[in-house]
Amino acid sequence: MNGDAIVVEGLTKVFNKNLVAVDHIDFTVKGGEIFGFLGPNGAGKTTTINMLITVLKPTEGKATVCNYDINKQSSEVRNCIGVVPQEYTADEDLKGLENILLCADLYGIPRDVSRKRAEELLALVELTKFKDKQVATYSGGMRRRLELACGLINRPHVFFLDEPTLGLDVQTRAATWNYIKLLKKEYAMTIFMTTHYLEEADMLCDRVAIIDRGKIIAIGTPNDLKESLGGDIMTLSILNSKLDVSDLIKKVPRVKEVKKQDGTYRIKVEDGEETAPTIIDAVRAEGHKVTRLSLTKPTLDEVYLEYTGRSIREEEESKEGFSSQRLAMRKARGQRARGFGH
Amino acid sequence: MTKNSSNSKNPLHGLWALTNRDLKKWYKNPIILMLGIVQPIIWMSLLGKAMNLGSMFTNFSPTLPPNIPQEQIAQVMSELSKQAMTQIFGTADYFSYMAVGMMSFVVMFTAMFSGMSMVFDRRLGFLNKVLSTPVARGSILMAKILSAVIRALVQATIVLGIAYVLGLSVAANFTILNLLGVYAALFLISLGLSSIFILIAIRSTKQETQMAVVNLLNLPLMFASNALFPTSLMPEWLQMITKINPVTYATDATRQLILYTVDMHQLAIDFLFLGAFAVVFSTIGIVLSWRYLSK
Repeated sequence: MNGDAIVVEGLTKVFNKNLVAVDHIDFTVKGGEIFGFLGPNGAGKTTTINMLITVLKPTEGKATVCNYDINKQSSEVRNCIGVVPQEYTADEDLKGLENILLCADLYGIPRDVSRKRAEELLALVELTKFKDKQVATYSGGMRRRLELACGLINRPHVFFLDEPTLGLDVQTRAATWNYIKLLKKEYAMTIFMTTHYLEEADMLCDRVAIIDRGKIIAIGTPNDLKESLGGDIMTLSILNSKLDVSDLIKKVPRVKEVKKQDGTYRIKVEDGEETAPTIIDAVRAEGHKVTRLSLTKPTLDEVYLEYTGRSIREEEESKEGFSSQRLAMRKARGQRARGFGH
Repeated sequence: MTKNSSNSKNPLHGLWALTNRDLKKWYKNPIILMLGIVQPIIWMSLLGKAMNLGSMFTNFSPTLPPNIPQEQIAQVMSELSKQAMTQIFGTADYFSYMAVGMMSFVVMFTAMFSGMSMVFDRRLGFLNKVLSTPVARGSILMAKILSAVIRALVQATIVLGIAYVLGLSVAANFTILNLLGVYAALFLISLGLSSIFILIAIRSTKQETQMAVVNLLNLPLMFASNALFPTSLMPEWLQMITKINPVTYATDATRQLILYTVDMHQLAIDFLFLGAFAVVFSTIGIVLSWRYLSK
């Protein structure tokens, strides 16, 4: 696909007249790339996706998906996109294949076409063996794969994935990444995904936007973003943690920035491998004993920390608790749903 | 755009797929299906057989002057009972009277719970997924209504079958046309009622609210109608309520068609009311679904 798949200009969503979930964001997703929307819980990722997939009406601003206006041409937009929501939306009471065919019917795809496509997609996500089993018997990873297959039944040009690996264990998460890459290769789509896993964004995405509190605070390829930090990160501790030797370190050539946090120095340096020994020499020359030292090439983690001022790990902690609670609730709801006989 | 060429241009695409999904969840669950059958049996056998109103006259020994022969008293009482029942209930047999009311009851109940699945679909994210597909917004709501109507009619058929086995006394001039009329009446009331309850659920994410509404309304709708007891014996203020209660009209229409000799004038009024009720609320539902399904 040529040209820009998604163009967003000043997109804004305000809930209940005072809660600004998305605040005048602008970005462009090029055709054929995997674009990652990275941010903590409540940053506005899902709200943005919901506006782009025409489920939520923007308060302000405009956007086009596949060159169709999301406000005025919503039905054209819906025809050219595929969506995998955060939740498991496949019907537990139906079989795998039935779920895919249901999705096909929602797009008005004739049965003879949809049957062929469904078999093809089931093979691709390796669920052919389980297609006649009720979804209630599927594992988390299998359900994710089924969602991926459902979302692709209309051969979308732009594929939206909202937290595609939320709540999955490490192996299943890695497997899901492989499926996403495979699907991308097979169908040459543009993929727009949200995630709060930094390694996921780093590994999968061609470009990443970091969103925090409804605003995009950085955008670029993972490499560009890492390089924008301007160097490697070195951390260092000395025996006498009460002493502050920041000024001493700052005098070392190629040291760009020194921050002392809880007795540890976080030092931004150029050419870490060569500068590190110089720093140690300088500190030792003043009679201090170096107790710990580490040198890291910047990761998206560091980028995130740099731009938002806090670590995503802290947020993840609460998110994990939140999602497990949500899962438990969903289970309870499922049982009640069956009990009431709808 | 390759996929556009394969998409049907039928604006109703997806309507049956969504309806069928709801129906599958129902008929593939044997427990729910069985409960749906057992419940009316319990009601009919307990209430219908226990409240044998006709036997009130025949099953007691009145203290009367001794010069009247006992056989004569029994005969008079039996005749009295028949006449009183026929005048007030329209049939000598209370079981038949309430069995037909039971059909309205089952239809009403099914329609009331139809809103619940809307709430669950929203909560579980299914609704969002459907909203991101090109399905017409009206179809999403219509599928819910349609599946509720089909469920209600199947349940009513089961009740009718059981009632027949348990001794429903069908009018002598009952024809297939009457049966079609019965289904028409039940179709209209379930269409109207499920539209109302799905509308209540359209923005809701709390099944508790939905349950509370159903619990609040089901007994009043049931008892402020002629489903179990004739309205002519009710106080005037209650009669006023029964006159705006669609359950009354559905029950009257089905009773006329199954038990009584049809009064064309009254039947026309019943159908007029039910028709208006169904059209008004299903239209409101479909119109509002455009506005309120997405936020």
